[in-house]
Formats: sequence, structure tokens, C-alpha cells
Amino acid sequence: MITVMRARRHRLALPLLLLASLLGAGLLYAAMTPLATATAEQPVTAVADPTDAEQVAYGRELFLANCSTCHGFDAEGGSTETGSEKVSGPSLIGVGAASVDFQVGTGRMPLQATGPQAPVKQPQYDDVEVKAMAAFIASLAPGPAIPSEFLDPAAGDVGEGAEVFRTNCAMCHNFAGSGGALTQGKYAPSLRDVEPVHVYEAMLTGPQAMPVFGDNNVSPEQKQNIVAYLDYMETESAPGGLSLGLLGPVSEGLVGWIVGIGGLVACAVWLGAKAT
Amino acid sequence: MTDVIHSNPVGDSEPSGASPSGSGTTVDTRAGGLPDRFDNPGLPEHRPRMADIDVAAARRAERQVAICFALSAVGSIVTIVGYFLVRLAEPTAAELRTSNTLIGLGLFLTLFGIGVGAVHWAKTLMPDHEQIELRHAVESTPEVKADAADIVTVGIDESGIRRRPLILASLGGALAIAPLPAILLLKDTGPNPGNSLRTSLWEEGVRLVRDPDKTPILASDIEVGSIVHILPEGLVVGGEFSYLEEKAKAAAIVLRLEVEEVAEAARPDSYSGLVAYSKVCTHMGCSVALYEQSTQTLLCPCHQSSFDVLDNCRVTFGPADRPLPQLPIGVDADGYLVATGGLKGTPGPSFWELG
Repeated sequence: MITVMRARRHRLALPLLLLASLLGAGLLYAAMTPLATATAEQPVTAVADPTDAEQVAYGRELFLANCSTCHGFDAEGGSTETGSEKVSGPSLIGVGAASVDFQVGTGRMPLQATGPQAPVKQPQYDDVEVKAMAAFIASLAPGPAIPSEFLDPAAGDVGEGAEVFRTNCAMCHNFAGSGGALTQGKYAPSLRDVEPVHVYEAMLTGPQAMPVFGDNNVSPEQKQNIVAYLDYMETESAPGGLSLGLLGPVSEGLVGWIVGIGGLVACAVWLGAKAT
Repeated sequence: MTDVIHSNPVGDSEPSGASPSGSGTTVDTRAGGLPDRFDNPGLPEHRPRMADIDVAAARRAERQVAICFALSAVGSIVTIVGYFLVRLAEPTAAELRTSNTLIGLGLFLTLFGIGVGAVHWAKTLMPDHEQIELRHAVESTPEVKADAADIVTVGIDESGIRRRPLILASLGGALAIAPLPAILLLKDTGPNPGNSLRTSLWEEGVRLVRDPDKTPILASDIEVGSIVHILPEGLVVGGEFSYLEEKAKAAAIVLRLEVEEVAEAARPDSYSGLVAYSKVCTHMGCSVALYEQSTQTLLCPCHQSSFDVLDNCRVTFGPADRPLPQLPIGVDADGYLVATGGLKGTPGPSFWELG
């Protein structure tokens, strides 16, 4: 019986079956995972105005319904117990409209799960709602406003942006903005396909582990140059051929070892094999 | 030395010329059951290749070789096309990428096609008779050894060195002194490093300027949670000092903490929450500039040495052995940040004499 089955089965059947099931599992996983990197940008129509009482009231409403569990009813910060987990949110007084627009506009907030770092995900609110919440937070105490100027990549100087980027940003975000690891599960996210306004806001407010790069340290013109450099890296990078993710020696070494040395080993085996 | 055997079938008891020669083939029989010497097993049966017995297979192999060589020619043409595709004056990155990709793939095809074709040709179509090359003992024969010993003995006798001790002694002395001039000349290979490994351009009164734009920094410009990358004023490319050598020791950062967060030990050299540290890792000199503002950690990207900003940059993880040296800072009359002294320790990687 066994011999009959063996005879029927092709010798590639098992590897092929394995490959097919791995592929199936991967596709299933991809289909069921929420799109992590998508930042479907809505057209910017609304402006956060902390003096607009109507907008602030709407923002407060949204805040109470969606954010106050962790950040407190008056955005003073607080903590809440959900089962065994204690979730605490920092005070938002004085963080400014820019911080709200960055955190909520990139989908980092509201937090989906506790962890070392809030990841980018599909934004939960449309632009009008984000700006209303930003206006509410900005009405509590002065803080960095949402930038409206110096956001045009075409107007920036790529060369100077690259220099400022290498000094201030590249150590965490990688020389090409591909992102990189930090301590204890934290990481510097990739800067590819990030809206200029969000890049600017991140420098202005220093979200999560990132330090602040205020306008007195990195000037608005320099920030625009950085945006121009990032835009250049997205569109004009890798003149040498394959970019391999612009991750530097990690991906290059991997390809060198596996494809390069693997190919040489395969050639050596072929050279030593007798012709049939 | 080389014996060529054509199609030697198995079972041929003693292949011609294949008997082991020289010594070293006896096997210790104490291990049990092993023979004194192993019989030469001869060559495995010669199996003709497909191309040897089948004319169609030979033609197929011939075609395959020709295809390989043709691919090589195609590769050469692709390379040439890829080279001339790009406008030589100011090509865009995309054009360069296309050009480089074509040149790379073309050169690969050119060389690999010839190589694969040649090897495939040799393996399938060229004669495939096996060859045996016997090993021989490397030792010289006793006669040759005795001859060599004779030459040395006679030479020593004829030189008369045994009878003339003055010559022997003076030659020994000359040989002993001869290397000294060579050692002396090593002194000219460069200036001694002196104290330069322990010092940097930072000293009292030197202004802190931003890297890369070299602008001075107002203390009031730095917000809490900020990091500013600094250099000593006057360090410019083509200036008075060797730019890279001095930058490698003087590169530093200024952070602003809440005033009460500054460590006790760092407080006298800080200025209202502003602290400055060398950003050159004390392990191997990488730039320790991954500042995690939320955990007040400075992380070195090379070997993950971590420094606790709240504890005067003490090492909390990784191979670094010393804290990052602090730069004492204050403000000058115009409100700009200045160093109030040199770095509080040796900047950069540890070295032999540092202990």
C-alpha cells in the first residue's frame, strides 16, 4: 500500500504543497490584517482655529467621546484600567494643534493596543474632525500650530536638506529615511510616503521617543529642505540599479551572501559535477 | 610523473603504474582487522556521456554551447546600448538607473555566457578520459642529503672561520648593530601623538555652533526635549585645524531637560536644564546621537551602547566602558552658549594608555 502511494506521489509534491500552503497562509494573513501603512490623505479643507468657538465645541465633543478615557476629561492626562491592563495617557495641555494633527492625522491615535510605540495606521477621523480636535486642544493652552508654510518639496534645496537630515535625522531614520530600530521595541518609522505637513509637525512636536526640532533649532527653510530631500529620495533614488529597500549594509549583505555567494557555490557544484 | 589511463574498467586487479610508491602506506594493524596495506581500488567504471553515444544529444549540447556564446554577444550589445542610452551631460537619476542596470546585466551576460558555454563545451563534448596522478614522497634520497651536508662542512672548513676567532667575533658584532639604523629611521614616520588623543578644541570661552550651518546658539532657543548637534566655533573646512580629525573628537550635542531632571553630578556644568555631552561613543567612536526623548536614552547605532542622560550619561547597556564626557557650558554676554572649559574626560574610544 505504502509503496503504491509512494510511486504515485511526485517527488516535488511535498515541497510544492508546503509552498502552496505557506503562500495561502500569507495571503490570508495579508487579507485579514488592517492596512498598516496606508495613509489615505484626505484633501486638506479644514483649518484648526482655537478661537472658533463652534469648532472648539465640536472638537471637545469628539475628544470626550474618543480620547478622554486615557487623556482625562480636561485633557489633563490620566489612566484607566481595562481588565488587567493599565492604560495611561499623557496630559495634552500645551501640546498644540500640530501634535493632534500629527498623532490623529497619521492614525497613530487613537491607540489600538498598548505597546512600546504607537504605529501608523489608517486614520480613524476625517480632516474636519481632526482639525476640530486640534482646535480644542489648542484652545486649552498655547502650543505649536499646524504649519501652513514651508511645506513645498519643489521649493526646497535638496542638497542642503540632505546635509541637515544627515546631521539631525539620519542616525535614527537611516540615511535615506528608511527608518531603523531603537531600544526596547521602539523604532524610528520609515519616512517614505509621509506627507510634508506630518514630517514638519513631527519635528515641531517631538512625538513619542523623537526629540523636538523647534523652528529655532532647525529653521522653517531647513525643514522645507528636509521635505525636499525626502521627496527626492522617493522619486530619484537608487541611480545604481536595485535599491534593496535603501537599508544599507543589512539588505546589501543579505543579497551578497545569499545570491552572490550562493550563486558561486552553485557554480562550483556544477563545475565539479560530471556531465550525464 | 603522470599516468594516463584510458577507460580503466573496475576489477582490473593492478592498474598499470598505479601501485603505491614510497613510504607511508602501511597501516597499523593493532586497530584490529585492518590490512597492512590497502589495495588500489582503481577507477570506477567509465560511463559514456549522452553526447558520446547519441548523435542527437551531441548536437543538442553543441547548440546549447552556441546559445551560451550567443547570449554573451547579446550581453555585449546590451552593455553598449546601456552606455550610450544616457545623455552624458546631466542625466537624471532614473536614466542613470536604467543605464547602470543595463550595463550590469549586459556585463554579467557577456562574461557568464562565455564561461558557462566554455565549461559546458568541455564537460559534454570534449574527451573525458580519466587521469591518475600518483603521489610521491617529498623527502630527498640519502645520497642527496649526504651531498648537501658535505657541501656545508667543506665550506666551513675552507672559510677557516674556526681558526680565526677575530673574524667570527667582528662579524657577530657587525650583524648585531646593523638593524639599529633601520629602527632609528622609523622615528621619522610621523610626529608622536603626544596628548592629542586626550584633548579637543573645546576650551573655556569657545562658542557652541550648530552643525552643519555653524550658527551660534541662543540658550533661549532650545526647547525642552530638543537635541542640538554642535561643534566648537572656528572648526571649519579648510580652516586652522584639520576639520575631520578635530570634528571626530569635538562633535557634541546639547539637550534641554527639565531643570530638576539634571543629574546632581552634571548640575554645576549645566545651564538651566541645558546639558552638553560629547557624542562620540566611548566604545569605538561612532556617533551616539539616537536620542530617545521619552526614555532619556542616548543610543549608539553601532553596538547598541546606551547612555542614561538623567544619570550624567552613565553606560546602561552595551560594550562601552566609560560615560560620555560632559562639556561644561554657560552663556556669554550676548546670550549665546559657550563652553566654560574642556570636555570632562577623554572623548572618543578608549585607547591603550587610557587604562
